[in-house]
Amino acid sequence: MTDPLNHLPRPQARADQLAERFSDLAPPLTARQAAVESARCLYCYDAPCINACPSEIDIPSFIHRISDENLQGAAQRILSANILGGSCARVCPTEILCQQACVRNNAQECAPVLIGQLQRYALDNAHFTEHPFRRSPATGKRIAVVGAGPAGLSCAHRLALHGHEVVVFEASDKPGGLNEYGIARYKLVDDYAQREVAFLLGIGGIEIRHGQRLGGNLSLASLREQYDAVFLGLGLNAVRALGLPDEHAPGLLPATHYIRELRQADDLSQLPLADRCLVIGAGNTAIDMAVQMSRLGARDVNLVYRRGHADMGATDHEQAIAKANQVRLHTWARPDTVLLNEAGQVRGMRFARTTLAEGRLSDTGETFELAADAIFKAIGQGFDDASLADPAAAQLAREGERIRVDAHMRTSLPGVYAGGDCTALGQDLTVQAVQHGKLAAEAIHAQLMTNVEAA
Amino acid sequence: MADLSIEFAGIKAPNPFWLASAPPTDKAYNVVRAFEAGWGGVVWKTLGEDPAAVNVSSRYSAHYGANRVVQGINNIELITDRSLEINLREITQVKRDWPDRALIVSLMVPCEENAWKFILPLVEATGADGIELNFGCPHGMPERGMGAAVGQVPEYVEMVTRWCKAYCSLPVIVKLTPNITDIRQSARAAHRGGADAVSLINTINSITSVDLERMVAHPIVGDQSTHGGYCGSAVKPIALNMVAEIARDPATHGLPICGIGGIGSWRDAAEFIALGSGAVQVCTAAMLHGFRIVEDMKDGLARWMDQHGHRSLEAFRGQAVEHTTDWKYLDINYKSIAHIDPQTCIGCGRCHIACEDTSHQAIASTPAADGTHVYQVIEEECVGCNLCQITCPVQDCIEMVAQDTGKPYLNWTQDPRNPYREAS
Ligand SMILES: Cc1cc2nc3c(=O)[nH]c(=O)nc-3n(C[C@H](O)[C@H](O)[C@H](O)COP(=O)(O)OP(=O)(O)OC[C@H]3O[C@@H](n4cnc5c(N)ncnc54)[C@H](O)[C@@H]3O)c2cc1C
Ligand SMILES: Cc1cc2nc3c(=O)[nH]c(=O)nc-3n(C[C@H](O)[C@H](O)[C@H](O)COP(=O)(O)O)c2cc1C
Ligand code: SF4
Repeated sequence: MTDPLNHLPRPQARADQLAERFSDLAPPLTARQAAVESARCLYCYDAPCINACPSEIDIPSFIHRISDENLQGAAQRILSANILGGSCARVCPTEILCQQACVRNNAQECAPVLIGQLQRYALDNAHFTEHPFRRSPATGKRIAVVGAGPAGLSCAHRLALHGHEVVVFEASDKPGGLNEYGIARYKLVDDYAQREVAFLLGIGGIEIRHGQRLGGNLSLASLREQYDAVFLGLGLNAVRALGLPDEHAPGLLPATHYIRELRQADDLSQLPLADRCLVIGAGNTAIDMAVQMSRLGARDVNLVYRRGHADMGATDHEQAIAKANQVRLHTWARPDTVLLNEAGQVRGMRFARTTLAEGRLSDTGETFELAADAIFKAIGQGFDDASLADPAAAQLAREGERIRVDAHMRTSLPGVYAGGDCTALGQDLTVQAVQHGKLAAEAIHAQLMTNVEAA
Repeated sequence: MADLSIEFAGIKAPNPFWLASAPPTDKAYNVVRAFEAGWGGVVWKTLGEDPAAVNVSSRYSAHYGANRVVQGINNIELITDRSLEINLREITQVKRDWPDRALIVSLMVPCEENAWKFILPLVEATGADGIELNFGCPHGMPERGMGAAVGQVPEYVEMVTRWCKAYCSLPVIVKLTPNITDIRQSARAAHRGGADAVSLINTINSITSVDLERMVAHPIVGDQSTHGGYCGSAVKPIALNMVAEIARDPATHGLPICGIGGIGSWRDAAEFIALGSGAVQVCTAAMLHGFRIVEDMKDGLARWMDQHGHRSLEAFRGQAVEHTTDWKYLDINYKSIAHIDPQTCIGCGRCHIACEDTSHQAIASTPAADGTHVYQVIEEECVGCNLCQITCPVQDCIEMVAQDTGKPYLNWTQDPRNPYREAS
């Protein structure tokens, strides 16, 4: 996937030095830190942090249990609401979720309770000897889940818990979705994504079949025929275009393609590295990309966004990480022309300066150029229509390009549910996907069981 | 998961966590919420003769630790301020709706046989599982000859217990006051009177603090105050000792004990059980955090039991009693010495100054080039008092290491240095 960069050099740092730079961005708490931090929790009632957690984890209770030296109990509390609580603890932008809502997060006190870090502490140190959840008696129902990302896995686990049999159809070689292929390497280190999936599967009753692509060798019609319900957790797999000529020139590629390789690489020193790079966009993916390039050894990393700081999708916390990693942020500039050298490879980009005129973004007429050996676009993921190409799937009602669902994650087709990034509901976050999967499983379960009672 | 269910003095409950007789068990509304939250039982707020007691306004005060952590609460509330009839009606209904939970009725009437003879059949008719005699309330009620005024006189304790056994077929739990010198005297009296169990402790006479501007203690009623009863985390050590004293007293051997006082976590409960309690009661922790704490307590206790292979509470109940003895039987030859882990030491110097000023000058402080100090135990001087470990803010930084002295067990009754030693 990084072929367009093959003409570039490799990092100068040794593999072990690079590995070190990609270790945990936020190292785990020690036992003492966890004890001190958990004692700071006020054990609020109707706690604002629970409201702010998309997966509704009972945060005061799990922190109370850490404080009580009951780590397994703490872990179980977390997992009962969010079976991927381990990866969420690492990847959630807690600064806009639970920790934002913490009652200690105010000007009179120094800081919110470190909820994400405590969540990780509980799960890392629970050391379960067996899977902590028991399945209900078998219902005889079979459910198809498409996509083994956070949404699909969460749905599968909850369904298995209720006694259903689940088959997960996944296009890629590995399960985990973007936990495996997309999250910044220093947020979710080593093989955590795979270990977490293995833990989740420990409940039993879930089979994952790889190399199965809806819209390719799999059709929605046949799934609906063969299974009692279908859940779609397809994510967003299409890359948006800048809409410029030369967009496919060597040296220009989607950030997600590079990150995918970077996450899979055993030896980071073999990756192509642009000494000077440009990242177009201002979401967390753009920041992740820029920071990872900087850590690989790029000298000059520029992030360019067509609007101002206040409009950036990336949180303040993410922007601070970028700055700490020598990433320069440029605002109010729009890609205008990809600049190529004689060999037809990227040598930079010309930007048009922008401004807000009467509420609309427009060019000021000024332009400027930035030299670069590589340009990464991180202007958002799009829905991959190929997944819904078969006639049954094509009937699914959409909201924009994404699948329309109601509060119970039901699509417009009876028996077909969807969740995660491929739906228009909520934010594009791992924790949101987990919640969607869980809600869908509960809705499927309720639906299948009322059918049983009625029969 | 371990089985938390109990049978205490003939009363069955799905778990040992009961709410103590107090505001959390004041009326059906609270008790139903408590049962919904998972409490194994409740002791209903103490009933008395009509007319019901009348309370003053401003009733509690607290003793705080750092960062407004509540160490203990002091209260000047009396027994129920609702009529007997309403309480009995509600008790009847709640017991009918929650047959699997323990429902005990706490009682306090004047020290006259007729008063007890009157109320006991009414309580029995509610279907309640047992009664608890409140001989403990230390404020207000003793001025009227009830509560601690009864509990402090063993003869009265025995007499009233006997009346209750005579006029009522339910299990009788006698709740003891800690405001005495030797708790065993009260427990023995209850035992003689035929009590099925004792519960302890009730609150301890206290004044938590004084408003220095107004020169009046808290809680303030107008411009006056009065002493109240102290409870919560701070009283746990006192309660644990009293439970242990009764548990290891041969005169009350086998008498079921319900532990009360400062219980707020599964660990607190486990400690009371290890010292012989068959059930525990909680008041302050619920008053500070709500009924939801019981979930964390049940979960923690069951997991700890699983880890230790205890299938039921009986499996470890009382296990710490046999290791609790009189001072004179402790091994005078046992020796432990403090060891400071240099890796975890943060260099605060607290251990040094504590030992230097108030103990045995056994921690050396060596200045380092960078202006910090290195702290090290002088082993010959250390007497193993634990003070440094107690004052150290870092858990597990200072370890008390048992020494192999090569000497056999020797207690004070056998020690040659004891002029009154028992002849061997
Ligand atoms: C670069 C990047 C960084 C991110 N960083 C963060 C972060 O730090 N924190 C955070 O909370 N969120 C982050 N996100 C968002 C987060 O990763 C997603 O919200 C989350 O993964 C969505 O889960 P999902 O299950 O809906 O989709 P995905 O994780 O995308 O999983 C979809 C799965 O479905 C499979 N699939 C797709 N189509 C088909 C098909 N037709 N047939 C069969 N299988 C199919 C895919 O192979 C994949 O395994 C990031 C996203 C990106 C792109
Ligand atoms: C406000 C308040 C009122 C109480 N009222 C009673 C009572 O009516 N009868 C009684 O037996 N004990 C009463 N108690 C004592 C408690 O039942 C319990 O014995 C004591 O609080 C110790 O337990 P704790 O440390 O868990 O609070 C009361 C305690 C408080 C705080
Ligand atoms: S808790 Fe506060 S609001 Fe409730 S009765 Fe007491 S003083 Fe009033």
